[in-house]
Amino acid sequence: MPAIIKDGTIVDDSWQRLTAEQIEQQGLPAEGDLIVPLPVWQAQRDAIAARAGRTAVCLEPGEEPSEIAADLDRLPLVAIDFPAFKDGRGYSYARELRTRYQYTGEVRAVGDVLRDQLFYMHRVGFNAFQIRADRDIEDALNGLKDFSVTYQGDVNDPRPIYRRR
Amino acid sequence: MYVYQDYDRQLLNERVAQFRDQTRRYLDGQLSDDEFLPLRLQNGLYIQRYAPMLRVSVPYGMLNSTQLRTLGHIARTWDKGYAHVSTRQNIQYNWPELENVPDILAELAKVEMHAIQTSGNCIRNVTTDEFAGINAAEVEDPRPWCEIIRQWATFNPEFAYLPRKFKIAVNAVPNEDPALIGVHDIGVQIVHRDGETGFTVLAGGGLGRTPMTGEVIGEFVPWQHLLSYLEAILRVYNKYGNRDNKYKARIKILVKALGAEKFRELTEAEFAELKDGPITLTADEVDRMRGHFSEPAYDGSATDQPAALTEALASSKAFNRWYHTNVHAHRQPGYAAVTLTLKKTGRAPGDITDTEFDAVADLADQYSFGELRTTHQQNIVLGDVRQDQLFALWEALEVLGFATPNLKLLTDIIACPGGDFCSLANAKSIPIAEAIQRHFEDMDYLHDLGPIDLNISGCMNACGHHHIGHIGILGVDKKGREYYQITLGGRGDKTSRIGEKLGPSFEADEVVPVIARLVDLYVEQRQPDELFIDTYERLGIDPFKERAYASHH
Ligand code: HEM
Ligand code: SF4
Repeated sequence: MPAIIKDGTIVDDSWQRLTAEQIEQQGLPAEGDLIVPLPVWQAQRDAIAARAGRTAVCLEPGEEPSEIAADLDRLPLVAIDFPAFKDGRGYSYARELRTRYQYTGEVRAVGDVLRDQLFYMHRVGFNAFQIRADRDIEDALNGLKDFSVTYQGDVNDPRPIYRRR
Repeated sequence: MYVYQDYDRQLLNERVAQFRDQTRRYLDGQLSDDEFLPLRLQNGLYIQRYAPMLRVSVPYGMLNSTQLRTLGHIARTWDKGYAHVSTRQNIQYNWPELENVPDILAELAKVEMHAIQTSGNCIRNVTTDEFAGINAAEVEDPRPWCEIIRQWATFNPEFAYLPRKFKIAVNAVPNEDPALIGVHDIGVQIVHRDGETGFTVLAGGGLGRTPMTGEVIGEFVPWQHLLSYLEAILRVYNKYGNRDNKYKARIKILVKALGAEKFRELTEAEFAELKDGPITLTADEVDRMRGHFSEPAYDGSATDQPAALTEALASSKAFNRWYHTNVHAHRQPGYAAVTLTLKKTGRAPGDITDTEFDAVADLADQYSFGELRTTHQQNIVLGDVRQDQLFALWEALEVLGFATPNLKLLTDIIACPGGDFCSLANAKSIPIAEAIQRHFEDMDYLHDLGPIDLNISGCMNACGHHHIGHIGILGVDKKGREYYQITLGGRGDKTSRIGEKLGPSFEADEVVPVIARLVDLYVEQRQPDELFIDTYERLGIDPFKERAYASHH
């Protein structure tokens, strides 16, 4: 089973992420934990939810959390895709999920996810990271520890440094 | 000046370690060029024409003499013995080796300096008026607010991968724009209303391709909410800024596309959520920051126009001239601010050598409480000089070559490094600046012409601020040859304004004659005491156009 970083450790991952094309070609898997694209979720919400196995939605840049706000209590995981690590929209989405919608499930970064972005990602509310397949996941884990001090508040501790001193 | 606490120091040290490791992984081949790019950019490191360029952050332009000596030491040890003051008040090195950059950063960290977020698509160095804190016209010292913004912006996790670079400037002077807030992504104007501090917040200004001035988004943001408001704007930009086309990615394009009204609505919606949350500023924190910028130990018995000054002004014509161009009023009686012009003919504008760094540091210690400021005009300011010591300081500056009495005059040219250093350039800047300086070397004539801002950029990225020069010169490429386009009527003095294009561009050897003709027209047409820019505004561009192309076909 593939490994991911979750809550600061490396764990096996049971989730399968399918693209819209894969779902169109193969149909929905009858069971198992499944991450689907937002448009698929919007089109077949009830069929997907009726399957055996859990369902998660993956947001692409341009697809905001507001689109799934009403569904959040039935989603144990929201994935946010970084097609390119340089596209920072997902940082604001994660933060919104946590602060605006008080979402407490898993928020997972998928796609072009690299060690040097992990510290930032963790601070805006990601608690799980699917490291790019060609990278060393053990090494990536170190990225979570780049800094021991921060000026701003974040999702894990909303107090900026002037309220922590 | 802001003095580092333990956590500031720890953060810097951890940054140095992080970058050292990133550099190692890059050199080992574990990070691709593409992956290393944003990491090194967020540490001010460009790959340039001849070597990397390292941009060292000078927050809101403030430096102390110890830091200056370190800058000199770095120039000597890891560069070719000089560095460069940039239009964003930072210090740039043109020749460091990538392998040495972690050591340079470690050396900087020892004196509370760094290169964090000096380039890349993140929030850049916060800038302000070079006379911040000593300008009698300001409503209050903007520097504590700059430092508050600096800390909020440093490694802000949500805004490390923005669509494009992001620049914030703060101004505290009413009805003037010394910090150029009109041409920043966000401009913050400090205002006092009913005894309370607040901010008028502009967004969507910027130079480069499609230059424009910002729109007022927040009319009066109470001080407690400064950071929440900035965060709201940044979130809107991060979510909706254009990422498909890097040339349409700046916030100015978004504000223009949505319209100021819609942009304000989106900002207000985010702000409503952040307002009164933990990011709200506390009076304690603002007081603490203000405490870092308290006055130096001024001599309260010093008075304006002391006898020593009056005598020196009467006895030395050269000193007199320098005094009237390079010395500025100060809000503390008996003191003055002094600009050291780094604009000697034959030297690239803004360049300063390792030994000069040391010498200026000594002067700062001797005459200005050990503090100095960099300016966006690529000069250096000693902020707190006793008026009775101006003559002695001037003598020392004469020896160093920093007393050229041309501040704000035609030869106080702002110029980017252009084709001599920059791989993005379409044309050279430095030789053009030098040719203009050589042509206008007669000081009497220069003084007669009065203030004229002349700014040169080697390409449309506008690092030399050509759009806001009264006369702007832009390097353009035509079929592989270097040409220069001229703009007129830009302003970076009273209020920021974008200049107008004169017409077709000129070859390098035509630039000086054209500038001379434009200046001649001004001399012929000016009314008593009228500045170049005012004559231009009165006459409009047509007569200037006609004159510029008079012997041109
Ligand atoms: C030598 C390497 C440099 C490179 C590769 C570089 C690159 C760029 C680029 C690409 C832009 C355009 C950004 C945009 O409009 O989106 C820009 C703008 C700018 N750069 Fe540079 N630059 C360099 C040096 C400098 C220097 C030496 C200065 C100061 C003297 C400077 C200050 C600025 C400023 C003030 C702008 C204007 C941005 C604005 O307000 O829109 N840069 N630079
Ligand atoms: S204006 Fe162009 S040529 Fe000049 S420094 Fe900037 S990018 Fe280089």
